[in-house]
Formats: sequence, structure tokens, C-alpha cells
Amino acid sequence: MLRKIAPPLLAVLLFLASWELLVWANGWPNYKMASPSDLPPAFWRYKELFLTMGWQTLWRTVAGLMLAVVFGTLMGMVIGFSRIARDALYPLLIGFNAIPKATLVPVISLIFIGQHDFNTVLMAFMISFFPIAVSVGIGLSTLEPEYRDILRALGASRFTIFRKIALPKTLPEFFGALKVSATLAFIGTNLVEIVSPHGRGLGALFKSGETNGDYPLMFAVLIALAFLGILLYYAVIFLEQIFAGWADREGG
Amino acid sequence: MPVLDGLEVSVPAGSFAAVVGPSGCGKSTLTKLVAGLMKPDAGVVWLHGERVQGPRKTVGMAFQNPVLLEWRSILDNVILPLEIVAPKMPKADRIARAMELLDMVGLLGFEHKRPSELSGGMRQRASLCRSLVHKPEVLILDEPFGALDAFTREDLWQTMRDLRRAEPFTAVLITHDLRESVFLGDQVIVLSGRPARTQYVMDIDLPEDRTLDILFTPKAADMLHTLRDQIRIAQGRDGAGH
Repeated sequence: MLRKIAPPLLAVLLFLASWELLVWANGWPNYKMASPSDLPPAFWRYKELFLTMGWQTLWRTVAGLMLAVVFGTLMGMVIGFSRIARDALYPLLIGFNAIPKATLVPVISLIFIGQHDFNTVLMAFMISFFPIAVSVGIGLSTLEPEYRDILRALGASRFTIFRKIALPKTLPEFFGALKVSATLAFIGTNLVEIVSPHGRGLGALFKSGETNGDYPLMFAVLIALAFLGILLYYAVIFLEQIFAGWADREGG
Repeated sequence: MPVLDGLEVSVPAGSFAAVVGPSGCGKSTLTKLVAGLMKPDAGVVWLHGERVQGPRKTVGMAFQNPVLLEWRSILDNVILPLEIVAPKMPKADRIARAMELLDMVGLLGFEHKRPSELSGGMRQRASLCRSLVHKPEVLILDEPFGALDAFTREDLWQTMRDLRRAEPFTAVLITHDLRESVFLGDQVIVLSGRPARTQYVMDIDLPEDRTLDILFTPKAADMLHTLRDQIRIAQGRDGAGH
């Protein structure tokens, strides 16, 4: 246990120490770059705001991510099982993914005026479903035919083959994509929170720090976001251990 | 161009047919036809008095790749066909049946291991158990020993021989190994190059109780020699000069 926790903890401390040293050595004032020692007072002063806004950011990110899982998996199944669907949908998917999502913020806030929670969840979803769809699609389409044949030769239905073979076999790829998507979803949430007026969540807190010239607060928000990102990432790892732990050869 | 053309093979119930032929001659297509995974463009496949129209529960398959499911234990891998063929069978009966086979192939004590924890030969043994667990009438073996080293392969031939003694099934074995075909087969069918037809059929009239030593008898050597010549012809090269 100690061996698992000590190295990452040490790395974080080392990072904070060199950050502090960098600011101190250059004699930067905190409006140029806040140092780690400026952060605890900032957190403390706005602790209620951090809790409520952090929660807003977190639940909207998770909601968006869950939508992305459902939609991405369905999309992955469609492109994984049908060649025609794959050829037809890939250009659309890639094109959509290539659009910078910041440009979509004014679009969706005009379509769904005032629906702030909905808009934020929608953005988190839109930015994060792509990796899931692609990896589930690839996982299903690259399934070796023999795996299918052992059940198909017994007259098993397509659904049975999917449930017993294709789905579990795709889980490692799925979780790999989910780790990427989890961090992407945070970017989507914060995009809306920062860009749209009268936002909520940590993004809005960041924005108010900027407006008020409260630089330590801005850095504190960034650290809080990083913390939430790590939290969600490890939640995904935890689920992966439960559902796809077999793919981990070391653990046995 | 058809893969198989004018191919006539008939395998008596309960016997073991080994099919050999040059690579790419359509042996795997033959297994797919027998398994009902593919429909012939022309002609018919009969199995136990019934025309094969599609997949059927009375077929067992094993491939060169053991295709074990990594997220299941060896025991659960062996049980898999029963989940499809006999969904109502009590769990205890399924386990008992799987353990019986695992015992026969010498995998007792490994039933809770993951496939990745086993050697290649052991994985192939487990794969054989899975192909037999639902007591199929016909066992289709598509080069199941092809990827194993020579000694492991010979071990598995003997396992296969013992399984045959214990379980009643008709077997079609696709192989590239002539010694394997003589050791295991009741008849050896040589296919010609593409499009494959039946080129030669040899009855193997060696005693049922074969040991590996039988491959070193003059009789077996004669058979191997004849088969070798037939393969050469199938490859489109005459015996002369080789």
C-alpha cells in the first residue's frame, strides 16, 4: 500500500516545491504567477464556493460522461457490426470531432437559452463520446472470426454472441477510451462554465477570479479542477479493475 | 472460381476422418460447410441423415487458435457451449461434465486458472474439452495441433486417441501433418489443389489401440510414403525428380 501511494505523493510534493522555488527565485508577484503557498488561503477564503461549484462541475461532467458512454457504446456497436454504417458514419464522426468545441458554445446557448445545466452536460457529452465510439467500434470489428464461430456453430443468436463474447472482449478497449473521455468531459464542462455568461461551477469561479484580478483564486481553481480530474480518472480505474481486471496480466 | 469442386467425402458415423491437402486448397471451407457456418453454392452436406441447412447444436469445433475467453476460468470456458445448448441444465451437472473431460485430458487442478496462466498445449487441451462438453455427434478439428511443438503435439495425439475411446463422436480432422493423419485417422482423405476435389482416400487398417511406436512400423511407413506421393501430385508436381 505504502509502495503504491508514496511515489505519486512524492512526485506531487516535488512538483509543488519546484513551482514554489521557480516563483520565489524569479521574484514574481502573485499577479504574474501565484505560488503554491498562495493557494491554501485562497481555498480557505472561498471554501463554500469551492464545495458548491466543485460539486456542480463534477455532477455535470459525470452526467455528460454517462451520456457519452451510452451513446458512444451504441454508436460503436453500429459501426463495429456494420461495414456500411462504418463507411457512412466515420467521416461525419471525424468531422464533428474536429470542430473546436468552443465554437459550439454560442450555438448551443442560443438553441437552449438559459438551460445552463443542460447546455453544460450536452457539451461534456459532445466532447467525450468520440473516443468511446471509435474504440468500441474497433474492438467489435476486429473480433477474430473464430471467437464468433465457437458459439455461432452451436446456433447461438447474434445477441448471445455479443453478450458472451464481443462485449466482454471489448471491455479493455472501452475502459481505455473511458479514461481519455473522463478528462475530456471536464474540458467540455468548463468550456461552457467559463465562456457562457452567469455560468456556474468551477469555470465560473475561475472567471470571477479573472474579473476581480484575484490570481491566487484562479490558480486554486485550476488545482481544484486537476484534483477532480484525478478523482474521476481513478474512479474509472476502479471500475476497470472490477469489470476488466482479467486483462491485467500482472495481477493474475 | 469455386474453392471446392467435385468434392465427395463421406465419413461413416463414429469414425475418424483426417483430411490433408496442399495449403490453401479449401480445407477450412470444408469445415465451415460441415459446421453449417457456410452454405454450399451447389451440392449438399448430409450429417447423420439430415441435410445441413445451418448451424446445429450437435457440432463441436476446435481450431489451431484455442480461442479461450480470457475473462473466464478454464472451467467456465469448457462450460460455455452448455450455456447455449443446454441452458436449463443444472449448474452442478455442467460442472461435473466439464470436470470429467478436464480429468480425461489431465487438466484436473487447473480448472480455476485463467487461460493466460496455462501453456499452449494445456490451452489446446482445454479447447478440446470445450468442443466435446455438449457431447456433439460431429467433432470438427481445424488443425488443432498445428501451432504446438512436436513433442506436445504427440502428447495431444494420444489425448485425442483416449478421448475417442471414451466419447462417441464422428470426427473430421483437418491437418498438414501426415503422421498425425495416420495415427489418428480411420481414413485419410487427400484433397487436390484448388479447386479441391477428393484425390485419394486411404483406409488406415491399423489396430484401434495405437501407440506412437506404430508410426515406426514398415506398414505405417508405406502408408506415409503413399500419402506423401499423393500430396506431391496434389501440389501439381509429379513424383519424378523429388
